Amino acid sequence: MKLNNLIKLALPAVATLACASAVHAQETIKVGVLHSLSGTMAISETTLKDTMLMLIDEQNKKGGLLGKKLEAVVVDPRSDWPEFAAKAEQLLVKDKVAAVFGCWTSSSRKSVLPVFEKNNGLLFYPVQYEGEESSKNVFYTGAAPNQQAIPAVDYLMNDVKVKRWVLAGTDYVYPRTTNKILEEYLKSKGVKQEDIMINYTPFGHDKWQNIVSDIKKFGSAGKKTAVVSTINGDANVPFYKELGNQKISAEDIPVVAFSVGEEELAGLDTKPLVGHLAAWNYFMSVKSPVNAAWIKKWHTFTKNPKRTFNDPMEAHVIGFEMWVKAVEKAKSTDVNKVADAIIGIEVPNLTGGTAKMLPNHHLTKPVLIGEVRADGQFDIVWQTKGTVPGDAWTDFLPASKDIEADWVTLKCGNYNKVTKKCSGQNY
Amino acid sequence: MSNNMGGAPTLIPKYNGVLLMFDKTTLMRCISSFRHLLSALQLGLLLTFVSNARADATADFAAAIAPLADASYSDKADIIKRVTELRAPGTREFLQAFIDGNLYARIDDKKIFIASEQNEQFALIDPVTQQSAGNADAAAVDKIGTNNSLRKALRGAIAQFDLAADDPAIRLAAVKEMQRAPDDASVELLRQHAANERDGDVKQAVAEALALADLSSDSADTRLAALEVLSGSLNSDVYNRLQTMLSKSDDGEYAEPDERVRKAALDASLSIERWRNYYSTLETAFFGLSLGSVLVLTAIGLAITFGVMGVINMAHGELMMLGAYTTYVMQLLMPNHIGASILISIPAAFLVSGAIGMLIERGVVKFLYGRPLETLLATFGVSLILQQVVRDIFSPNNRPVETPSWLAGSMQINDVFSITYNRLYVMLFMVMVFVVLLLILKRTTLGLNVRAVAQNRAMSKAMGIRSAWVDTLTFGLGSGIAGVAGVALSQLTNVGPNLGQQYIIDSFMVVVFGGVGNLWGTLIGGMSLGVANQVLEPFAGAVLAKILVLVALILFIQKRPRGLFPQKGRAAEH
Repeated sequence: MKLNNLIKLALPAVATLACASAVHAQETIKVGVLHSLSGTMAISETTLKDTMLMLIDEQNKKGGLLGKKLEAVVVDPRSDWPEFAAKAEQLLVKDKVAAVFGCWTSSSRKSVLPVFEKNNGLLFYPVQYEGEESSKNVFYTGAAPNQQAIPAVDYLMNDVKVKRWVLAGTDYVYPRTTNKILEEYLKSKGVKQEDIMINYTPFGHDKWQNIVSDIKKFGSAGKKTAVVSTINGDANVPFYKELGNQKISAEDIPVVAFSVGEEELAGLDTKPLVGHLAAWNYFMSVKSPVNAAWIKKWHTFTKNPKRTFNDPMEAHVIGFEMWVKAVEKAKSTDVNKVADAIIGIEVPNLTGGTAKMLPNHHLTKPVLIGEVRADGQFDIVWQTKGTVPGDAWTDFLPASKDIEADWVTLKCGNYNKVTKKCSGQNY
Repeated sequence: MSNNMGGAPTLIPKYNGVLLMFDKTTLMRCISSFRHLLSALQLGLLLTFVSNARADATADFAAAIAPLADASYSDKADIIKRVTELRAPGTREFLQAFIDGNLYARIDDKKIFIASEQNEQFALIDPVTQQSAGNADAAAVDKIGTNNSLRKALRGAIAQFDLAADDPAIRLAAVKEMQRAPDDASVELLRQHAANERDGDVKQAVAEALALADLSSDSADTRLAALEVLSGSLNSDVYNRLQTMLSKSDDGEYAEPDERVRKAALDASLSIERWRNYYSTLETAFFGLSLGSVLVLTAIGLAITFGVMGVINMAHGELMMLGAYTTYVMQLLMPNHIGASILISIPAAFLVSGAIGMLIERGVVKFLYGRPLETLLATFGVSLILQQVVRDIFSPNNRPVETPSWLAGSMQINDVFSITYNRLYVMLFMVMVFVVLLLILKRTTLGLNVRAVAQNRAMSKAMGIRSAWVDTLTFGLGSGIAGVAGVALSQLTNVGPNLGQQYIIDSFMVVVFGGVGNLWGTLIGGMSLGVANQVLEPFAGAVLAKILVLVALILFIQKRPRGLFPQKGRAAEH
């Protein structure tokens, strides 16, 4: 019943694809798409499902892979974390997909991890996350903390000369871990405890007046202050609105966000956000021929010239192209062969550089800081020279600074450099 | 700073205005110093001198802005500084265009223009000559970007020009802007300006800004006099400056060497702290009352359906959501009158939610009177249906509801205390809704019938009241009020299908706390929960504050199961 509904909902491309394969009745390579199409995460994840359909469509136009057509298997885990595991099992065991592209929240990723490891599947995870993980079966195409949070803080510290820090986040695993890393990092740079303010709020929080007023007081101590925001989801809108109402401008106290991108800004009243910052590895406003070409393909595919392109979508583009190259290199879709072949593969990223898959299953990425414009796009005000290699285990937490992930020489995702042992835990 | 770069025709007269003003002030200064020597000949000479100087400045201005096209952000900051020092004609317009993002470089020759977009074409104006320089394709020009620190520098630079403005409000803003980042040039400008300033408020602000600068003076007497001026100020710049004066360096030396000055600084700093604490208490009270108002507003409709009728309506939150979506639709219908659309949304939302509420009563609730558990489950089902309908019609994404300008921003009472307009209006709105509802219940026939049926259904029926019809109307009234609350919520939070779910628990909490069936109880209950939450929040954090309030509420209900104001008499028995 559910699947029927899904097929009805899926874009015409899938329909034509399905028809084509039915007519020829030829063998296909199945690609799993594991993104929520309903529930709270649907806002962000539906776009990623569409991105995957576009990528598979493009690849089939080029003649498919290893002489076979690709076939998308779309499932809906309904923003329900245990459901992610069930749907992952279905994709791997019943549909026998060659690779899965999916998940958004860390909770959903943690939920599917055992399933992928048990069934030896292949997951491409496209979202920036808190790190502290490197699974044999997962390729992390989003940013690790050292590819987003740390460079953003460096920018504020060196270029904006920020001396006082507000770390504000939504109360769950990603912000808590990220803020812990940032707190240690700031202290290692000589920032005193009294110059750091940490605040957590529940999901969907909309009573910001007291917190914003505290931030205002914290920021009026004569030292340049900035807010590092890991506030997630729609709580951001009332937060920025309240900043505007209490007349805190981006010029006085800039807010740099790690979860606010073009997709989140689309269709919002962006006036109160103008001038605030976001740190990503990709912005739609990047001027590069590759980017322009992909945006054009995206607009043609969705038949909507206003659809936005964002960072996790770029991650899927890179991840998919890498997988395709690895399959061609290994001449097989066998998970072990592909996982070995993909390490070291380079594909162009959309910002004009190159993404390389590292032995720790993370990518090299450029880091960009953008200021929100009135039209919901970003003006890029700073970027790293070259790319930053993703670090699975942060160097700024005592528990993980000795741990290293390397699936080529060490064959381990959590090797302790001091005790010289692989802890053996499966992530 | 309004965006007033409308193109050449508006620009040139404005430029003349500035030029004339410049002439007048220069002249006035000249006249006062050379008054007795003044003759027609000398005046002529003077003017030629001024215009020669201006020609030089213009040439320097052109040279200064030439490298903008390839400048880094720090180069741009230097250019802004240079241009501001030159004070060539057209600088004010140039800076304004820069901050508004209307400054472009032509890609061919890297020449800088002020440009305004008209149907994919840019009308170019040369910032040096202020003459129109033809049109250019969108692809042929490149925008000169700004970042936060540049915009701040630009604002400071523009403020130096705005000191000469006619409007005292603009002058006041300019002084405040200059005080934020004082340098020698701006202090010098303020000193010159102080003598000519007529407006009281601006004079005061200038005096304060100068006094703040004087605190760095070498003479202890000057510093003491400056402290005298600053003693009443609550400005955080002043406070921070005082703290630095009072701080000790590592070798035990005070930053402020003179003891008299130090004592005065300590007094001033203590007085500022006293006032700050006072206003901070006021602020918390305001936050608490405004949060309380939102709670009362969302709960008051429920106080009718749950409190008076005894129906547990789980779809109450969705009725608020419908009210919020009504606001959104109204804004779509009249996109050019955002302010008016909010006002019209109030009755519209009342009608929409009220009608849906009556439908729910007629279709579902009517058959389930006296069976609270079934009512709860059935209305929960209704709430899911309503959410899904909204999702299908409007998409699952949040909808942007614009805030009219009179609802945005805040009223600045003084440097440390301001009241945000949206919260203030919500408080007033809540009071209005409450009074109207009270009048309906106490002064109208409908109200009389509602109260009669609530107190004793059988007796009311015997008196000839159509109790079934009264039930429907009462439910409609409660639902309509929920819709009106939704209009207010659309200005405070995200308008999405889940909006209602966030508020339903809070609403029930308020009604239960206040005492079921008592409007005044709802008012007092909502207000006290709001204040308690906001008082706790700074110490406990948002998450813990909410938990503490809930725990306190549970304990309270254990002690007094019927809430703050329990209903008395026969009505309380059923």
